[in-house]
Amino acid sequence: MHPWLLSALGGVLIGLSAILLMGTLGRIAGISGIAGGLATGATDRGWRWAFLAGLVIAPLLLAWLRGDSGIGLPQVSWPWMAMAGLLVGIGTRLGGGCTSGHGVCGIARLSPRSLAATLVFVLTGVATVFVVRHLLGGASA
Amino acid sequence: MKIAVAILAGLLFGLGLSISGMTQPAVVLGFLDVAGQWNSRLLFVMAGAVLTTAIGYRLVWQRGRPSFGGAFLMPAPQRVDGRLLLGAALFGIGWGLAGYCPGPALASLGAGLWPVGLLVLMMVVGWWLAAKLPVRRDEKAARLNP
Repeated sequence: MHPWLLSALGGVLIGLSAILLMGTLGRIAGISGIAGGLATGATDRGWRWAFLAGLVIAPLLLAWLRGDSGIGLPQVSWPWMAMAGLLVGIGTRLGGGCTSGHGVCGIARLSPRSLAATLVFVLTGVATVFVVRHLLGGASA
Repeated sequence: MKIAVAILAGLLFGLGLSISGMTQPAVVLGFLDVAGQWNSRLLFVMAGAVLTTAIGYRLVWQRGRPSFGGAFLMPAPQRVDGRLLLGAALFGIGWGLAGYCPGPALASLGAGLWPVGLLVLMMVVGWWLAAKLPVRRDEKAARLNP
């Protein structure tokens, strides 16, 4: 299948997940919100752990079915990975969402906050890659 | 039942991420690299996800309430403020450094790659640290979700 088609189909599956979560539990499928709640003392922990279990198992299931999990290798060395993780954690908590909560669910709701957040994190992501790859010469693994 | 639908939703989400290329940081960084060999796949992921969700949400909301919960929990509408923009900017920088946003980072844990484990660990530390920052009362609602 063409990569574009696979990507669009993957997007549809993500959308179906968001619809299912809204239709049954009334929750937004925001990963930083779901997982972050577990790190910061949310009391409704059961469904959060269950969602994360499904999320982690899915690529393994795919690997079993077609021999390829779809999981790629890290592209940068470990200090960059550590720094990136910290920034993603602090940023998504402060900003109240990530690519899923703001980028997918928020834009689907036409939330002005989510539109603004998505614009900002895509633009700063683009700027960061530009600086690292084209001005500093890369953060090689 | 709540647990079962949450697992199913997680599975769908994880399958979507892994077939779409989102769990390949090379693809994600390629999308953000507009000055290099631009990879457009993420655009198709976003289009597929947003359109599906936009249509499905409206159908689901017409039913009035969720099947197993009390009400549809959504962030109270608020203005775009400095905290939102600063958070989004920090997130974008972290995303651009390694090519992982929270979903793909967590979904990649099963591959047993230790640098991904390190990134997730630091992400959890980040969530915990940011939760210690003082919050204005009107922001609390939005921070429950998404």
